Amino acid sequence: MGRYHRHEDGTVHVHDHDEEHDPGEHDLGDHTGYGTATERVEVLEAIFGENDRLAAANRDRFDAAGVRAVNLMSSPGAGKTQLLRRTLERLQGRVRVGIVEGDIETSLDADRLEGFGAAISLVNTGQGFGGECHLDAPMVASALPRLPLADLDVVIVENVGNLVCPAEFSIGEHAKAMVYAITEGEEKPLKYPVMFRAVDLVVVNKIDLLPHLDFDLDSFLENLRKVNPTVLVVLASARTGEGLDGWIDWIESQITR
Amino acid sequence: MHELSISNAIATVALDHAGERDVRSVQVRVGVLRQIVPESLTFCWEVVSRQPRLVGSTLEIEQVPGVVECSDCGARSTLTEYVLRCLACGSGLVKVLSGEEFLVTSIDVASADPPSAGVTSGGTPKDRMPVGTERKEG
Repeated sequence: MGRYHRHEDGTVHVHDHDEEHDPGEHDLGDHTGYGTATERVEVLEAIFGENDRLAAANRDRFDAAGVRAVNLMSSPGAGKTQLLRRTLERLQGRVRVGIVEGDIETSLDADRLEGFGAAISLVNTGQGFGGECHLDAPMVASALPRLPLADLDVVIVENVGNLVCPAEFSIGEHAKAMVYAITEGEEKPLKYPVMFRAVDLVVVNKIDLLPHLDFDLDSFLENLRKVNPTVLVVLASARTGEGLDGWIDWIESQITR
Repeated sequence: MHELSISNAIATVALDHAGERDVRSVQVRVGVLRQIVPESLTFCWEVVSRQPRLVGSTLEIEQVPGVVECSDCGARSTLTEYVLRCLACGSGLVKVLSGEEFLVTSIDVASADPPSAGVTSGGTPKDRMPVGTERKEG
């Protein structure tokens, strides 16, 4: 491609010198020496502004339907789906729950949640911002038409198992919670502070394994409070059902009726 | 992966504001509480910038320190590690004043008037011949 540029005397012209190049490679060359005048354009726009706008639109849809939305995050295998099974069991007949399921490749998690009377929408990850490491606002927006929002009290969005990316992307939720398994060790809040800081509540899961592990609960809680001094903590086992009252109460407290 | 999706988002914002002009550099402001690794971000930018109007552009990252104000003693502290605590009294009841910034502040674009379409393409007519677009009849 010929390339236009302006010389200091104001003349503008174009070089036609790409005959011998592969154009793809040519474009990657350094053109900073061309001396073209540059102009600074003020932007001042949030890097995830587009996502944030779509998240606000999701929030409006939830609000219009009188539904509260909870973004549930964790690393893979921390027990989100098992916790949701227990949650649906406990809330069945009392609270009308919708689930947005961020299982990317399969419907395995959604299958595990069938049979409790909850409306489940498997998310469409073909669109959205950055791949499959998190749910973003457009993905959740694509899942909402498959939920009867007007007939629900709360929507729980089961995010992709990942301690990094989901923390950055608002999906229009009213509250964020995470499931943390004690098998993950004590130090993760310090390694992934953005995630641990973003949430309102942490369910410390698999607490039934405490006698069998070297996990130091006090040390974990201290690390957690370093990055999120005001976070709520529920100690629970989604497997045995132990300690789940605190989580169920929190979910119910989210609902405005 | 994380920095790659962030780079893509930065590119989207920059291109939105660049219009038809070539982008020379992009200035971003990132708070330390975002836990972005600048080296990773500039590395990913090298990949993301291989697209029209971003080729050869640089990413300039301004990091903003984390500053908290204590709700108990009123002191302001500049954080030295990712621990949200008042450095004066140790209270965890702190309000974050800065460190969460995450925005494109400005872009530098080529100010030369963009040449009108048809004149810009250069190269030989052969180069410009669309490939595979010939209409098949019947």
